[in-house]
Amino acid sequence: MPDYETHEFDVVIIGAGGAGLRAAIEAKERGLRTALVCKSLLGKAHTVMAEGGAAAAMGNVWPQDNWQVHFRDTMRGGKMLNNWRMAQIHAQEAPDRIYELERWGALFDRTDDGRILQRDFGGHRYARLAHVGDRTGLEMIRTLQQRAVALDVDVFMECKVLRLLKDTDGRIASVVAYWRATGDFVVFRAKSVVLATGSVGKVWLYTSNSWESTGDGHAMAFWAGADLIDMEFVQFHPTGMVWPLSVRGALVTESVRGDGGILLNSEGKRFMFDYIPPMFAAETADNEGEADRWYDDHLNNRRPPELLPRDEVARSINSEVKAGRGGPHSGVFLDIASRRSPEYIKRRLPSMYHQFKELAGVDITAEPMEIAPTCHYIMGGIRVDADTEATRVPGLFAAGEVAAGMHGANRLGGNSLSDLLVFGRRAGMAASDFAEGRTGEPTFDEAELNGVFAEAETPFARGDGESPYDVHQDLQRMMQDLVGIIRTESELVQALDELDKLDDRAKRLSVIGGRAYNPGWNLATDLPSMLTVARLVTKGALDRRESRGGQTRDDYPKADPELGKVDFVQRQSPTGEYLIAPEPLPAMPPELGTLLEEEQS
Amino acid sequence: MAEVVMRVWRGDPDGGTFTDYTMPAVEGEVVLDVIHRIQAGPAPDLACRWNCKAGKCGSCSAEVNGVPRLLCMTRMDSLPPDGPVVVAPMRTFPVIRDLVTDVSFNYEVARRIPPFTPEPPGPDGTHRMMQIDIERGQEFRKCIECFMCQDVCHVIRDHEENKTAFAGPRFFIRLMELESHPLDTLDRRELIREDMGVGYCNITKCCTEVCPELIRITDNGIIPLKERVVDARYDPIAWLGRRILKRTRATAEEAAALAPAQGPAAEAPDEASGPLEDAEAPSAI
Repeated sequence: MPDYETHEFDVVIIGAGGAGLRAAIEAKERGLRTALVCKSLLGKAHTVMAEGGAAAAMGNVWPQDNWQVHFRDTMRGGKMLNNWRMAQIHAQEAPDRIYELERWGALFDRTDDGRILQRDFGGHRYARLAHVGDRTGLEMIRTLQQRAVALDVDVFMECKVLRLLKDTDGRIASVVAYWRATGDFVVFRAKSVVLATGSVGKVWLYTSNSWESTGDGHAMAFWAGADLIDMEFVQFHPTGMVWPLSVRGALVTESVRGDGGILLNSEGKRFMFDYIPPMFAAETADNEGEADRWYDDHLNNRRPPELLPRDEVARSINSEVKAGRGGPHSGVFLDIASRRSPEYIKRRLPSMYHQFKELAGVDITAEPMEIAPTCHYIMGGIRVDADTEATRVPGLFAAGEVAAGMHGANRLGGNSLSDLLVFGRRAGMAASDFAEGRTGEPTFDEAELNGVFAEAETPFARGDGESPYDVHQDLQRMMQDLVGIIRTESELVQALDELDKLDDRAKRLSVIGGRAYNPGWNLATDLPSMLTVARLVTKGALDRRESRGGQTRDDYPKADPELGKVDFVQRQSPTGEYLIAPEPLPAMPPELGTLLEEEQS
Repeated sequence: MAEVVMRVWRGDPDGGTFTDYTMPAVEGEVVLDVIHRIQAGPAPDLACRWNCKAGKCGSCSAEVNGVPRLLCMTRMDSLPPDGPVVVAPMRTFPVIRDLVTDVSFNYEVARRIPPFTPEPPGPDGTHRMMQIDIERGQEFRKCIECFMCQDVCHVIRDHEENKTAFAGPRFFIRLMELESHPLDTLDRRELIREDMGVGYCNITKCCTEVCPELIRITDNGIIPLKERVVDARYDPIAWLGRRILKRTRATAEEAAALAPAQGPAAEAPDEASGPLEDAEAPSAI
């Protein structure tokens, strides 16, 4: 067996984005031995890229706002498939979590009377997003990072986790990883583990996600026997850059629309008025005059259709392009130049101005941006208890994007950043409780550990095999083509067939060079996660024979009321058998149901 | 088809050399795109740190044709077309491998900065701050920690020995952010002078020139920081005040020591300058 170093902790948190950092802060404040393990440098996790803001019903701009309205918006945005309890906890606790960031040094934009300013976003009835220009994620991660440093949390940077090991009672026991700088193995014995590994975007070709988003947490939880739900629900953000190819998929914040931007097709038509679904007709403006008045008067006007939930807008853009009304690079046009002054645009959207100017040579204060949907977020993930974020595996917790339930079939913009804070904190609390209550030191099977090492090292020994880069690119192309924004049975079946072939190729990977900071090898160790996630998404998409939120089936274009009552659960039995089955959603208490019905009528 | 020659430094802590890779030119690409094509082709083990590829995370800092740049924000068509594109790791930090450097120095400095310590919230449990009062702080908080200002700073670029006594531009703006925060209550001025070494900076503004976030590091950060330290330490009236206060405090302490049974002695007045002691011979400020 290769040499490895060992560390012992009470709570090990995997992932140092918003959820991981918030969980680590909680565990450390409780006085527990806390480790934060992350694939990149501290402060570089994908949270840093979040732009628009964090949704919290503080009521600073519209005093009419409260947790009940936020809860209702979240449930409707999620097409009622959300775990109601998570949506409730989130709506109730988000304001406290934002004020807490301010006490830790965050500098949010202000209202005229010195409170935290809130901005409009799709699907939110009131201006609700606490923000800093269009770099809210940076503010959030830096604030949490500085808090974690002040508390002296042990941080293990550029450390890639390979597998979770359990003890003979099935409880979580350790985390197996390697240092990217040296390639040396490291094992963390842990009384409890929080997965906060974020997204899966790198399974697709055009994505707003960074290289880290390879679904490691989703896959490791599945391998460890946790339940995964709703994996078919993948959010394609309506507005990603399309040109030049170098930046294809890069995010264009929803704040552009929240701050007045509109969508136009190649004929110059503001086409979103043609795509208002019945579910949102009562609250969406059906003419330009009303839509434009709404920005200043939310109470007497309905919301512009550009601010429908993301799934609706992305599908509409897709339809326009398919109908031949797209731009030169198969996108549509996002125009704020003709709607707001250059000074306003530069003040509210400085990163967008910079990004388009530098990378595309486009001045967004003078001309429209060409945009198209880009893979952005996965609503599905690990099934957790709403209050504690506990998974089926004792001692294993999950928070943030890797966990599921909160957002149902479609996430509203702005709900992710507050999700990270609310459930990151709760996961940290529950993982601390578990660690404190656990008796005996975590133990695991050395042979199993050796197997993990061997699997990771094998590509070095294979002289003439597949390039991990080739396998990854082929996986991305295949998923983009066959399991993208619009799906159909024949293509999903074909995708499973292609995944079998890619799995075979992944068993023959070979890498050259040494262990130290070898990106080819690093990618080879990310591929098992990506292939696992790709299969879970495809399987879920195949079994859910309806269109809802982030799942659009060409062959089942309508929502099926019966399927609106179930999650598709996927798991691996201890003997390695794969299972997928629909299971009923948790039942909502009548008083919360009434809240939704009142609002719907 | 047009081609580009990428001259990339390959090596490890023991040394290295430049290797040329001739790649097809592709419209609209940034340097990082070409590095990725080299990885997917001729050099699968070429080490390069990156994350967001959108100029937001500050991971892919390196030196392109001798200038610190984010590889993801440097368009190939902005570079001279007739020569090779030379890509090297940041020189101020030890090499791990190829273009990746060990930037842990920066994380160590960050740990030495006393954290934000706010005054208590208002009656409704929240804080009020006006936009105009936080704009300077927000400018500094745009920092993406690419550490290129640290890389280019001549105080540490070729002077490893200065790293123990000098925090560098990134952390001077962090300190100025805390100093200018409307709610913060700590006085870090002596730390800034003594431990963070603000006096070493002689305002060549190299840091400002390379900042990808266009933060005015020198004008808005370092110079005001120097002024604050100078104000606290070398203002003759403050100096006189400290002498008097020190004497008062000593007298009060003596009185308390002599008469413990007579209840608490008069509180020594707060010393406005905190831990500052008398000015010694000024070092370079």
